[in-house]
Amino acid sequence: MLLTIGLTACHKDNFAPPKSTFSGRVVYKGDPILVQTANITDVNNVTDFPVFLELWQAAYGNRSSIRVPVSQDGTFSSLLFDGNYKLIVPNGRGPFLWKRTAANMPDSLNINIQGSQTMDIEVMPYYMLRSAQFTMSGRKATGSVKLEKVITDVVNGKAVERVSLYVNTTQFVDAGNNVAKTDLVGVDVKDISSVNLIADVPTLIPSQGYVYARIGLKISGVSDMIYTPIQKLTF
Amino acid sequence: MKKYIAMLLGALALGNGCTSDRDFLDVKPTTILLLDDVYSDPRLVLSVVTDLYNRIPDLVKPSNFGLYAGFDEAFASGDYGRHQFRDYSYDDWNYWDYGYIREINLFIQRVNATTKLIPADQAQFVAEGRYLRANAYFELAKRMGGVPLITEPLTYDYSGDVASLRKPRAKESEVYDFVISEMEAIKTILPKNAGEKSRATYGLALATEARAALYAGSIAKYGATTPTVSLPNGEVGIPVSKATAYYQTALKAAQELITSGQYSLYMKRPDLSDNFAYLFLDKTNNPEAIFVEDFKLKSGKMQGFALDNQPRAITEEGERGGRLNPSLNLVQSFEKLDNTFATLPINKGIPDNYIYYDKPEDLFAGRDARLRGTVLVPGATFKDRPIDIYAGLILKDNSILTGNALGQLKDVNGVKVKVVGLSGPIDKYDGSAQGGFYMRKYNDPAVGSGQIGTQSEVWFIRYRYGEVLLNAAEAAFELGQGALAATYMNQVRVRAGLTIPLTASDITFDRIVHERKVELAFEGHELFDYKRWRIAHIVWDGSNSDLTTKPGVATEPSTRVYSLWPYLVYNPGGANDGKWAFRKLLSPQVTQSHNFRLGNYYSRISDGIINNNPLILRNPNQ
Repeated sequence: MLLTIGLTACHKDNFAPPKSTFSGRVVYKGDPILVQTANITDVNNVTDFPVFLELWQAAYGNRSSIRVPVSQDGTFSSLLFDGNYKLIVPNGRGPFLWKRTAANMPDSLNINIQGSQTMDIEVMPYYMLRSAQFTMSGRKATGSVKLEKVITDVVNGKAVERVSLYVNTTQFVDAGNNVAKTDLVGVDVKDISSVNLIADVPTLIPSQGYVYARIGLKISGVSDMIYTPIQKLTF
Repeated sequence: MKKYIAMLLGALALGNGCTSDRDFLDVKPTTILLLDDVYSDPRLVLSVVTDLYNRIPDLVKPSNFGLYAGFDEAFASGDYGRHQFRDYSYDDWNYWDYGYIREINLFIQRVNATTKLIPADQAQFVAEGRYLRANAYFELAKRMGGVPLITEPLTYDYSGDVASLRKPRAKESEVYDFVISEMEAIKTILPKNAGEKSRATYGLALATEARAALYAGSIAKYGATTPTVSLPNGEVGIPVSKATAYYQTALKAAQELITSGQYSLYMKRPDLSDNFAYLFLDKTNNPEAIFVEDFKLKSGKMQGFALDNQPRAITEEGERGGRLNPSLNLVQSFEKLDNTFATLPINKGIPDNYIYYDKPEDLFAGRDARLRGTVLVPGATFKDRPIDIYAGLILKDNSILTGNALGQLKDVNGVKVKVVGLSGPIDKYDGSAQGGFYMRKYNDPAVGSGQIGTQSEVWFIRYRYGEVLLNAAEAAFELGQGALAATYMNQVRVRAGLTIPLTASDITFDRIVHERKVELAFEGHELFDYKRWRIAHIVWDGSNSDLTTKPGVATEPSTRVYSLWPYLVYNPGGANDGKWAFRKLLSPQVTQSHNFRLGNYYSRISDGIINNNPLILRNPNQ
């Protein structure tokens, strides 16, 4: 009988796990915003991702956010309890501008989760990287890209700090993960509609016959870079 | 009859009890001291303020040395995670201890209220309380920006409404103004006694004022380069128009301390490197130390820096020691005696084309004496014994023979030879000299300091005269007084053996940054200096850049710590036999480049704090 009580108690005490998936992409006019991959490490902390959305659930007294990381292809996904949430992008996150309230706080988006749902979050990027092309000749990786300045007004527009070509051995390629890179600082970018970069690929250990390349744009005064899609290049 | 007597007695007893009710319950406790008792005896008040001194918030110090390896000064030999993350967390370095501030406020209120102390004691205790409170606010401003300025103990009235206790954040400049005005107010009340190192003094008030004003001035000036690191109402960020006034305050306070003649640079030993090392170890009549956290053997307050940082070759405690390895990034920053910068000459272009040295320490000759006062280089001795750092042997065919145990012996052509030094380095061998160097600054050479049961009583110097000179130099430079800046900086440099004086035109921003980097390494300044100059996001930019070849340039990226491993040439009969060669390397344990984002300039104020007080604004870029 004691055993029965024990089992019953266990059953009653536990909540059902969250089972509604909230997923989607961060987009500008339907094109995903590509960012740096999350470097999830088990040593320092697991909560800081380069770009993330914050979900706030208003139903409880003490408010604390749920962070939804944005992966390098611009997608996000989170497992949630059903309920009403407010979604924001915290100040200064992401290579894009998020709407502000009159009090200069991030404006929020009401999200009602009832079962799984997919949603694209529309944002206004400072720049978009268009028509990226990569080629490989010998051990030289060449990339070209067109920078489209989306936010052009004086108040919110930002200058190009640098354009960088990154090459890595895996498909995680960005400023923090690369074996070769070439930087072109903003003042040397003469024509933003055609930026060309060449990087020398070093000897790879262990050797492999392919690399992945990607161009990233660092915008002045913005921490997170925006990237082109990743392309596999074979020697 | 007996019954009546008993009742009568009973009634009497009860009656007695009733009349003396108050006295009966009013028994003085014998195990705790009441407030009135404490605040009527100067010795007991001293013990209260001692507790407050003990709780001074220091982010990095020798007794808590892990964070020294958090940036680019050192490799953590054992705590590899410090080199395996990319983004610094916004929660790193945060501080929000209003419990401490409340206790200080209560202390000040109670000392002010008591009538049992003589006026001189009373005034000094109040001034000390105000020093500690201002110091805590300075720390809060450094880490969090402007915070609510609470200078009275707040009391809850149990009305169910806590709104009266909620205070908004003050402007960042207001917190610095508070620190500066408090120092001005208490400096003449505090004792003018340079021999007092553990309590607040006149000299300490001035040194703190100079440092705080310098921080505020540089945040105002260099904050203009990072306009997004600010909040609209000034909770973070100081208008650039205030920079000059802050620099003037800093210079004036530093000059008042300098001209008081109370302190001087430590110059007791003829060997300048020894002298620099003993500046941090010598606790008798040290003319340079202004304010310290002291330790004492067998008192319960010892520290384990020597225990965890003794060279492994001479460890006094089994597997302990060698945890903090100064980086090549730092070592190559020490300039040459002709005031020029250069990387260490270890090869002729390619790694295998070595430059050979007769003794390993020869590589570091002709450099700033502070190098060998700060760092134990290969070939150095500690506690009069060799520290024995080498990674392997270079054999006749230029191949490298190494091992996987400290001091390992291997057969080479039938002869047993030691192939690895007793201190390593061996990759991923905790405590071996994986950075290629060991710590000298703050490392206690006393016998027994490396034993768990003894440990070390070396103090931690929070403020010293050398830093005051550099603060004065920086403030003078920013005010356009290059010649004056050179005068102050040259005093510090002469003590380091750099006898060719810098002239007014030599003093640049890079010079200021560099001098503080080498003089104040491992003293907990680097993070806060880089933050106030707004170069942290440039130096720790997340790029996997190679080790810079321009160590004198302040804004060169330095996101990963590099190591320098010495090798011994073993080629009996050959020309280079017994000579030494070096290889620069990036430890395989350094897997990520540090990235300091704009949101790291001010640490995150947690959601819990904001829930408790919705008036608190979040820090920018988070």
